[in-house]
Amino acid sequence: MTSTPRIGVFVCRCGINIGAYVDVPKVVEYAKTLANVVNAEENMYTCSSDGLNKIKEAIKKNDLNRVVVASCTPRTHEPLFQETCEEAGVNKYLFEMANIRDQCSWVHMREPEKATKKAKDLVRMAVAKAALLAPGDEPEIDVNPSSLVIGGGVSGMQAALSLADQGFNVTLVEKAPELGGMLRTLDTLFPSNIKASKVLEPLLQEIKANPRIRVITNSKVKTVNGFIGNFDIGVEGDGKQERFNVGTIIVAVGADLLKPDGLYLYGQDARVRTQAQFEELVKMSKMDAKRIVMIQCVGARNEDRPYCSRICCNEALKNVLNAASPGREIFILYRDLQTYGVHYSRLEQDAKRKGVKFLKYQPDKPPQVTAEEDGLRIEFYSPTFNEKVELNADLLVLSTPLVPVMDAKELSQLLKVSLNSNGFFMEAHIKLRPIDFATDGIYICGTAHSPKDIGESVTQALAAASRAAIPMARRKVRAAAIISEVDQKKCSGCGTCIEVCPYNAIRKNDKGLAEVVAAVCKGCGICGATCPEKAITMHHFTDEEIEAQGLAALKET
Amino acid sequence: MSDFDPNIIGFLCNWCSYAGADLAGVSRIQYPTNLRVIKVMCSGRVEPGMILNLLETGADGVLITGCHIGDCHYITGNLHTKRKYSLLQKLISKTGLEPQRVRLEWNSAAEGQRFANLVTEFTEQIRAIGPTPLKTHDTNSNLLLNIRAAKEASDNFRLRALVGKEEKMVTVGNVYGEKISQEEFTAIMDEAVETEFQIHRIYLMLREGPKSVKQISQTLGMSSKLVHNYVVALRQRGWIDVKEAVEGTPLYATLLR
Repeated sequence: MTSTPRIGVFVCRCGINIGAYVDVPKVVEYAKTLANVVNAEENMYTCSSDGLNKIKEAIKKNDLNRVVVASCTPRTHEPLFQETCEEAGVNKYLFEMANIRDQCSWVHMREPEKATKKAKDLVRMAVAKAALLAPGDEPEIDVNPSSLVIGGGVSGMQAALSLADQGFNVTLVEKAPELGGMLRTLDTLFPSNIKASKVLEPLLQEIKANPRIRVITNSKVKTVNGFIGNFDIGVEGDGKQERFNVGTIIVAVGADLLKPDGLYLYGQDARVRTQAQFEELVKMSKMDAKRIVMIQCVGARNEDRPYCSRICCNEALKNVLNAASPGREIFILYRDLQTYGVHYSRLEQDAKRKGVKFLKYQPDKPPQVTAEEDGLRIEFYSPTFNEKVELNADLLVLSTPLVPVMDAKELSQLLKVSLNSNGFFMEAHIKLRPIDFATDGIYICGTAHSPKDIGESVTQALAAASRAAIPMARRKVRAAAIISEVDQKKCSGCGTCIEVCPYNAIRKNDKGLAEVVAAVCKGCGICGATCPEKAITMHHFTDEEIEAQGLAALKET
Repeated sequence: MSDFDPNIIGFLCNWCSYAGADLAGVSRIQYPTNLRVIKVMCSGRVEPGMILNLLETGADGVLITGCHIGDCHYITGNLHTKRKYSLLQKLISKTGLEPQRVRLEWNSAAEGQRFANLVTEFTEQIRAIGPTPLKTHDTNSNLLLNIRAAKEASDNFRLRALVGKEEKMVTVGNVYGEKISQEEFTAIMDEAVETEFQIHRIYLMLREGPKSVKQISQTLGMSSKLVHNYVVALRQRGWIDVKEAVEGTPLYATLLR
């Protein structure tokens, strides 16, 4: 760090997201008074191309060598702003962000004055750190151009095929004895009602015929070590174990269907079935019920599972259309019918034309089911008629949601990736970095991510394959320069850092002193915090930078 | 009490707790405005000395949050945090400052509500304890000296080495293959914390000017015999020496280190 810091501060309004709760002009004026700040301005949206251009212009005009953006969160927007800095000739490690939206305006909406004070404090902290930042060089890492796809359902198979078509070797690991996943349990597929086998069989044959795809069934991934470009995988199953190395990983483990145990007499009365069992009955032509009632959102959109499973309405309509016949009465009890888009709303129209009755119920007054000798009695309050409705049925069909697979948590810990509050796998950002996990080199697709139909799953699978192909096609990735460094003059060779490093990124050199392998270091900083001699610098999170942030936070204003 | 708006610093790990804090924002869950966040890649990056430094400067409270045990992005990072936090609490409890001013919690990326609850509850706790006494500069108390001594002790080789070696010593053993139990380690640690804390208190006092064993003993409320032992240890380390003798009483002063 040779040059005197010349810091530019950009305070974002994020439309009303920040601007309505934090007094942005005041924060800008305040930023101008801080040491080393030569330029401060506000933007409506700093992340818009207009906002980014203003950063670049300000860098050139004011000869800035450090940039601070006060806006949303570095977890989503830091890479974008860093890229902008690089484009204007400022090293990306000379950028710092103040989180005045996710951790300020959005959580202090009723206290605008205090939120403004906090935003000023956060800017002051960021400026204090920025003044001490040093540029970083990013080490290059080799990428093994092969991939692991976990889960052999329609998503996993499509992703594997796409990668293989692009010339990459793929290992496809499936826990069941055969590939196919949920597709194997379905008879037909909505909205076109084609046979599921028409989709499944060609996929299976293509995979079998593709020399680049190796399939391991009856097996689970047990160990994952390493990082993008170089993951060591341990797979176990069928009494066998094997280890191999891949550059990227795609998670396509799918989802399970909720079993509605204990709900609406399911499991107690044979006349209560799930939608999947109903489909099986229709397929085998064993369905002779004259009056059928379906209940939607069973075990869904409640406190335990607040999300909409998206496919159950269309699944019910598909089965209803296949089961409808003269002399058969069908009622669908629903909360909100999610027949989104033209194809699906056409299913709804068709069902109505065939005489299927749609009746709305309220979640706070759910249907009551009692078993009688001559049939099932379903009573519920109809908000449409504003009165209690009674229906008799020979068969009650329950639509249940997709739920995360049993071992989702286990796998998420293994891969060091996140699950969302519903227990599904969570991408880095829904709009800015979909498909990617926050952990580099790992990607998500299919119902492991959220409930979705086969078309959407296939689209996402192809997207995941494309994302995974990028580092594999380049054969190299740049690792972050957030790495530690040992001061050889201070190191005593005690080896404590080597013992505490979770990635074996530190070794002893020929002088017996510690040395960091840059490409392997992941930047946790545990070595720096531990070194008894304080000989290790954790770049971008140095003792001095952290201290400066803390002292700035406590400075009276 | 009601106009006391505490200054609270939070160390949040990048992967779990910082993401959890963001999720609280995305979910618009409201919580008090007192927390000022310092992002670190891993909670294991946080050193006791950093926190003692903030307490000395006037922080009313410090919150450290990491991934849940077993969920750490860096596999074992939070286990190191736990060990360092244990040392920190041992040191703070010797200074006379309320140990409840510092807290370690685990918060996942999915726990936005939990993060908001945590900040709310911790802020209330600090409000209840009251403003830090380190801001009011009470010259009658040794609190400032104690906090500084705790910081110096935590930054020093012996305690840092012990914390760093804890895992190996209780699981694999030291370089001679001698393994000790967790209880034995804790006993060694407790003794080391006491010694280092007292040694650094005396050393810091002497940095202000030469003093006799009796003067030190009176200021610290410690028996002359104990002070004498620590002074001998300090001389052996080469940190202090006799500067002069006034009427037969030696005065000790610090040496350049």
